[in-house]
Amino acid sequence: MSQSVLKPFKAIKYLFAKPKTLRYPFELKEPAMRYRGFHVNDWETCTGCGNCADICPNQAIEMIEIPELVSEPGKTNKRPRIDYGRCCFCGLCIDICPPGSLKLTRDYFHIHFDPDTFVFVPKNEHTEPEKYFPTNEYSVLKASLSHRRKDYDGFVSDLKYSLFEPERVPMPVVPPEERMLSFIEHIIGYDREEARKEAARCLECRLCEEACPAHLKISDYIHAIFEDKPEESLKKIYEDNPIPSICGRVCMAHCEKACSLSIRGEALSIRWLKRYAADTVKDFKTTLELNPGPATGRKVAVIGAGPAGLSVAYFLRLSGHKVGVYDALAGGGGTMRTGPPAYRLPLESIDRDVDYIRSLGVEFFFNTRVGKDVLFEDMLKEYDAVFLGTGYTRSRSTQVKNYEKCVLALAFLTDNKIGKPWKVGRQIIVIGGGNVALDVAREALRLQHIQYPGEKTAVKTVSLEDWGEMPATEEEIREAREENIQFHPAWGPKEVVVDESGKIKGLLCRKVKSVFNEQGRFAPAFHENKEMFMEGDMIIEAIGQYPDFSFIPEELFNKLKFTQRKKLSVDENGMTSIAKVFAGGDIVNTNMDAVTAIADAKIAAQGISRYLAGETVTA
Amino acid sequence: MRELELYFGPQHLGMVGNFSITLQVEGDRIVKATANPGFLHRGFEKLMEQRTWIQNFPLVCRINVVEPDHMELMYAMAVEKLAGIEVPERAQFIRSIYLELARVGSHLFGLWAYANMLGFDTVANWAMYHRDLILDLFEELTGGRVYHIYLWPGGVRRDFPEGFEERIRSTLHTIGSCVPDYDDTFFHNRLFYERAHGVGKLSREDACRMGAVGQVLRATGMKKDIRKTEPYAAYDQVDWEIPVRTDGDAYSRIWVVRDEMIESVHMIFKLLDKLPKGEAYQRIPNPFKWKIPESEVYVRCESSRGELGLYLVSDGGDKPCRAHFRTPSYSHGLTILEKALENESIADVGNIMISLYITAPEIDR
Ligand SMILES: Cc1cc2nc3c(=O)[nH]c(=O)nc-3n(C[C@H](O)[C@H](O)[C@H](O)COP(=O)(O)OP(=O)(O)OC[C@H]3O[C@@H](n4cnc5c(N)ncnc54)[C@H](O)[C@@H]3O)c2cc1C
Ligand code: SF4
Repeated sequence: MSQSVLKPFKAIKYLFAKPKTLRYPFELKEPAMRYRGFHVNDWETCTGCGNCADICPNQAIEMIEIPELVSEPGKTNKRPRIDYGRCCFCGLCIDICPPGSLKLTRDYFHIHFDPDTFVFVPKNEHTEPEKYFPTNEYSVLKASLSHRRKDYDGFVSDLKYSLFEPERVPMPVVPPEERMLSFIEHIIGYDREEARKEAARCLECRLCEEACPAHLKISDYIHAIFEDKPEESLKKIYEDNPIPSICGRVCMAHCEKACSLSIRGEALSIRWLKRYAADTVKDFKTTLELNPGPATGRKVAVIGAGPAGLSVAYFLRLSGHKVGVYDALAGGGGTMRTGPPAYRLPLESIDRDVDYIRSLGVEFFFNTRVGKDVLFEDMLKEYDAVFLGTGYTRSRSTQVKNYEKCVLALAFLTDNKIGKPWKVGRQIIVIGGGNVALDVAREALRLQHIQYPGEKTAVKTVSLEDWGEMPATEEEIREAREENIQFHPAWGPKEVVVDESGKIKGLLCRKVKSVFNEQGRFAPAFHENKEMFMEGDMIIEAIGQYPDFSFIPEELFNKLKFTQRKKLSVDENGMTSIAKVFAGGDIVNTNMDAVTAIADAKIAAQGISRYLAGETVTA
Repeated sequence: MRELELYFGPQHLGMVGNFSITLQVEGDRIVKATANPGFLHRGFEKLMEQRTWIQNFPLVCRINVVEPDHMELMYAMAVEKLAGIEVPERAQFIRSIYLELARVGSHLFGLWAYANMLGFDTVANWAMYHRDLILDLFEELTGGRVYHIYLWPGGVRRDFPEGFEERIRSTLHTIGSCVPDYDDTFFHNRLFYERAHGVGKLSREDACRMGAVGQVLRATGMKKDIRKTEPYAAYDQVDWEIPVRTDGDAYSRIWVVRDEMIESVHMIFKLLDKLPKGEAYQRIPNPFKWKIPESEVYVRCESSRGELGLYLVSDGGDKPCRAHFRTPSYSHGLTILEKALENESIADVGNIMISLYITAPEIDR
């Protein structure tokens, strides 16, 4: 190896080279595009879920309440505050942030004599425009947490690398070609592996629990499933919801809309996981180990065995009251029993929930119509309190010409589910754009396949609402389309056309201009000259339901107060304007679904207990 | 002659880091050297027991500032083994490229320290500048210059940005084009030879007996490299050589470092040529619910300064129940340093110490 004493002097050539050192601050080096500098947080999309604070390895983040922000379902009024004395700029908070609102920027200068300024609530240029400057107005000499560069995102969230799983474990379903041939339940349900894997996605931020009308302890029951303890899970569910087999199938899942995973991915499958817990536990009685409280000697009558009636009965029974539930139907579940078709909600699932409530000592009087078989006024005398959960049990009609030739949705659904199935037509038209209309359409389609196997048949829907305005859920619309239901949105019925013998020939429709008026009220307007004739031999009207209060004698009924939206008016205890009469469910709330009925029932059950203990003033 | 005790610690310019040696000297000959670790104990391993599996990821790199990336690798590999996580092929290649860049960066840093120590400030400054170019690449890839927090369980944290491969190539060409200057000015410089040849000599026998690894071992003629013997990442996907020297002195060690850098650069080019398409990350479980079944694992790799190992134990919980790093400087900085200093002159303490590639944070953790 050659060593030299002269060669090293070659380095002298570098004396004349341009220096490599940057003359800061006159020569600046742009930080890299992914630079991990100070945070920004978009307050608009931040949900205040607190996942960033939970993951931070240095406990640098604290969620603080921002008084000027309001909490709403799926959003809290908390926002992260970062202590730059602790932050190590690892960016774990960025990778766990479900909405991706929290980002690291390329800013990294902050010099200040006041250490408090290093504890910092990140916002962004929209919330704090006065602190963010475009490149030409930005000066590095003023650079700090209060003089920052606009559009200067650095390390930001990337869903492919997120610390949460944005995609759901797919739910196994019966394929459309197969499921439309029968009333087989089309959602198969998760098995143990799938349920645990799905449950593992939950970040436990609890945004969903605020959004759930009945405030179920979702995080806890999901965690129990993750830990392979479905029994524990079911116990948690029963603290707030006594009809999990039903709700695990048909709940409107307000929680899932609030799930932080749903913002950029798919919401946690909370409803199906509830179903998993309910379906996996074989014996409710031995698992739940619930017992009625010490007998109070008080008696409560519940009219209607729907979600509201069942729930109020359950909670009251646990408090030690004697409870009798009256319903005109032959079994429990209310509209759940008659409405949702068997492929969505089989009777066995309903009966499981009802039987468990019965096992606690709740007395059921089925096939008993109040107002006919027993009188309301007698019940008022006999019982210490009465709860009304009578629901919306009558279908509306369009009242167009020849409307009496049509079939009403509830009659159709009820007969098919718990009575004698209808003989259906080959060309069925369903009027309506909501979930009930789609239940009717999909049920009619199945009956066609059963009654006319292999023949050419069709089910069509007409709705005033256009795509995107239809009140039916996306899920229902998607499934119906998979089953070849034909949609005719933005058409309104004008006349049921009949032949000389009075048989239905079809429906004459008018094109809809708009469904709502300028005030946003329902006031459909039509193009008078755009008409369409739709052929059909059976028409079912599914445009809405209304309640039936005919069981209440007139002088009492007149004492009942209603809200502007024609709902029974109740106080914070769930009591109506008639003393000792309480109410809940569809006749009270505007959500009109099962879980809100449960929420009403929880309030009313507490109200009734307080009332019976003499704690509240009577109306 | 009278024996004196001399304290060689952070007060001395030649000492890099919070570490010290007590020297018993006779004239300027060292009779006995005693290493004093413990100044830099930060309790990382204990701290790891208090942090969840994912929270340890940003922590481990900080154990050793000149060797952060291999610490990340060790933690990721150990967790992957414990939890049974498969790493996609592309991520394995990116890991190797990333780790070789780290090796070059770390060696340049070492060269800076060594050259500086011997008074070759010019070369030291070049090395520092070239290291900075590598840090620029790291900054672009990971968002950080020194602590990259990039190589995590399941793969890597982000894929290469658009055009990154080209920028790696051109940066390496820039650095590579200066190799003749480095050689002329430093490696073939007679002064370097005079200062380093025969200094801090370690026999192959002693090296093996005392647990020498990395350049220290390879400078005694042992062809040993974990990347070859137990290949991880993508090291078995390309051809490369293990540079060795035989003299076991400071001179050999620094030459091995030089040759290794060049080999790494060649290797990066080969890896880039073969870089497969596909995913660079296999998602890890939800960090808030992540528990790893009860088990233990020992993983090792060839870090820039030699064999680095991690013993990691899970008791089935959401945090490690024990973590222990086996670091190259542990043997180099204690027994081997003491041995290598025997009979050397006081003026060569820094020379020998840095040629052994000792970093104090690795000894103490
Ligand atoms: C077709 C259809 C599908 C639906 N799908 C869903 C769904 O998927 N998810 C969801 O959350 N909600 C759904 N709903 C709405 C849901 O059924 C109601 O919101 C819920 O059942 C309301 O509960 P409730 O307890 O208030 O009354 P209901 O469930 O309506 O129960 C009222 C009960 O009171 C009984 N009753 C009334 N008057 C008397 C009397 N005088 N004497 C004795 N008994 C009486 C009735 O027989 C009935 O059983 C659907 C509704 C329909 C019509
Ligand atoms: S960057 Fe890391 S240390 Fe800083 S606040 Fe986020 S999670 Fe905490």
